[in-house]
Amino acid sequence: MHPNLSFDQAPPISVPYRFFLAAPWFGVLAGLLLAWTGGDALASRWTPEALALAHLIAVGFMLQAMSGAMFQFIPVAVGGNVWRPSVVANFVQPLLLLGALSLVAGFLFSAPVLFSAAVAAFLLGVGVFVTVVLLALWRTPATGMTLWTMRIAVAGLAIAVLLGSLLAEGLARGLSLPLIELANVHLAWGLGGWGLMLVAAVSYFVVPMFQLTHPYPLRFARGFGPLLLLLVTIWSALWLGDDLRRAQAMGFPLALLCAAFAAMTLWLQHTRRRKIDDATSLYFRVAMIALLAFAASGAAMAIRPELSDDPRASVWLGMLALPGVFVSTISGMMYKITPFLNWLHLQRLGAPISAVPNMKMMIPGTAMTVQFRLHVLALVLLLAAVWLPALARVAGLFFAVSCFWLGWNLILAMNSYRRFRDQIRASVSRC
Amino acid sequence: MSATQPLFQHHKHCDEIFADAEEACGKGDWAGGAKAFAAFAGQLEAHFLSEEEVLFPAFESATGMVSGPTEVMRGEHRQMRELLAQMQQALDERDGEGFGGTAETLLIMMQQHNMKEENILYPMCDSALGASEVGATIAGRLAAA
Repeated sequence: MHPNLSFDQAPPISVPYRFFLAAPWFGVLAGLLLAWTGGDALASRWTPEALALAHLIAVGFMLQAMSGAMFQFIPVAVGGNVWRPSVVANFVQPLLLLGALSLVAGFLFSAPVLFSAAVAAFLLGVGVFVTVVLLALWRTPATGMTLWTMRIAVAGLAIAVLLGSLLAEGLARGLSLPLIELANVHLAWGLGGWGLMLVAAVSYFVVPMFQLTHPYPLRFARGFGPLLLLLVTIWSALWLGDDLRRAQAMGFPLALLCAAFAAMTLWLQHTRRRKIDDATSLYFRVAMIALLAFAASGAAMAIRPELSDDPRASVWLGMLALPGVFVSTISGMMYKITPFLNWLHLQRLGAPISAVPNMKMMIPGTAMTVQFRLHVLALVLLLAAVWLPALARVAGLFFAVSCFWLGWNLILAMNSYRRFRDQIRASVSRC
Repeated sequence: MSATQPLFQHHKHCDEIFADAEEACGKGDWAGGAKAFAAFAGQLEAHFLSEEEVLFPAFESATGMVSGPTEVMRGEHRQMRELLAQMQQALDERDGEGFGGTAETLLIMMQQHNMKEENILYPMCDSALGASEVGATIAGRLAAA
């Protein structure tokens, strides 16, 4: 069957929007939690509060935004036909919300029943999502590295959630599991096999498109995803095989690969044809700088394992990865996707294109840039708070306010869509 | 030369002069912006016409597919022409925000369109048309534009 090349397969606008609108509020919760608990939360990656904070960002902010974006991205960018997106989103999103909140509450209150509830919600919600999305990615006639890297990313999500479920059930039932080793494998699949893999897949498509950069070199795009998959697999085998020394050393090639992706993206941005900066390009730059810092820190710890003796060292890595790389990338992407979604859906209402407001009329530009600056300030404070616990409360508050503002800007975008839609419908019906 | 090779390269050329026009108007250099925009709009129109008058008819007669992907591409050309007209109007009125906003919209529309052509339609055309004169005809038209 030939693809028809139209946007007709794109889901109703409410499908991606419901995920985008939910995501920032998990950031607000994370900020408030840190402001409430203060510096002790960041003493180690194993404190209940640190685990709750990490998962508010990972399965709250990130998973909501990334799964919502996939519903939109798969049909538009790789021509895949997601089965009944509204029905699937209606089913999946409440489960992901329930799973994230139960898991976080489980960490904070050490309640086995909450862990079990989270596991059930995630296995069902992510299970359905992964099945539907993989089917769409499998059947599309398109080719290319965005598609292949995205397929690997979805498999990475499935593995991360399965491992996370095992860990959570282990905590709930008091099973004797190698928790540290499993957690290290779980986070490599969550942050590398799913998170960074998806960022790479999407970047191959959107970085040249939004900023008129050269494309990622084909050899790089062909190599990055499979190599990341290989390294995460070896990392997993070494941790689970109890080969501690080699497992720690594997951090080095993983860090190099992360650095290569960040450096390549920054280089492409630096040599781009389009010289105009906007919130999206600035957010991407901050994300890639955070990724470089993550890679440098990770490489240093792989070479000199005694550096990670301080339990705050892994919190530092987590802070760079979660608010630094992923919240930044996702925020920047949402500032580009939502205005385009508005425009795409508004121009289908039957009015002449000249009657459809342009993309810059959807969210005020200054609101995005000021929110971006606030995010950078919050990020700097969060990073500092890892080593200076006295700063933790103020860092948490700034992060909460920054995420609140992001959420508010996305509500503005949705309201713009509704207002313009009603205006266009009224004018079309008058004609 | 394949049928679509000149069009492929011409996409990059259009991107470059788009960026020139956007940058000039963004800085308030209206004279430079008008010149760059005229060059961009002229090249984009030449590109659309090469496809609509040469490539698409050749593809349609070779495959018999007249209401398929080429029809969708024609529809998107129509939308992009309307956005170009809006940019021209904003330029005439020295409306920086209007120009920038429409330019942003056109850019994304144009990039998505180009990717669909480069990844799907052009390969379909190349395999349907094989060794033909279409590529040389299009190259000639684009060089003269």
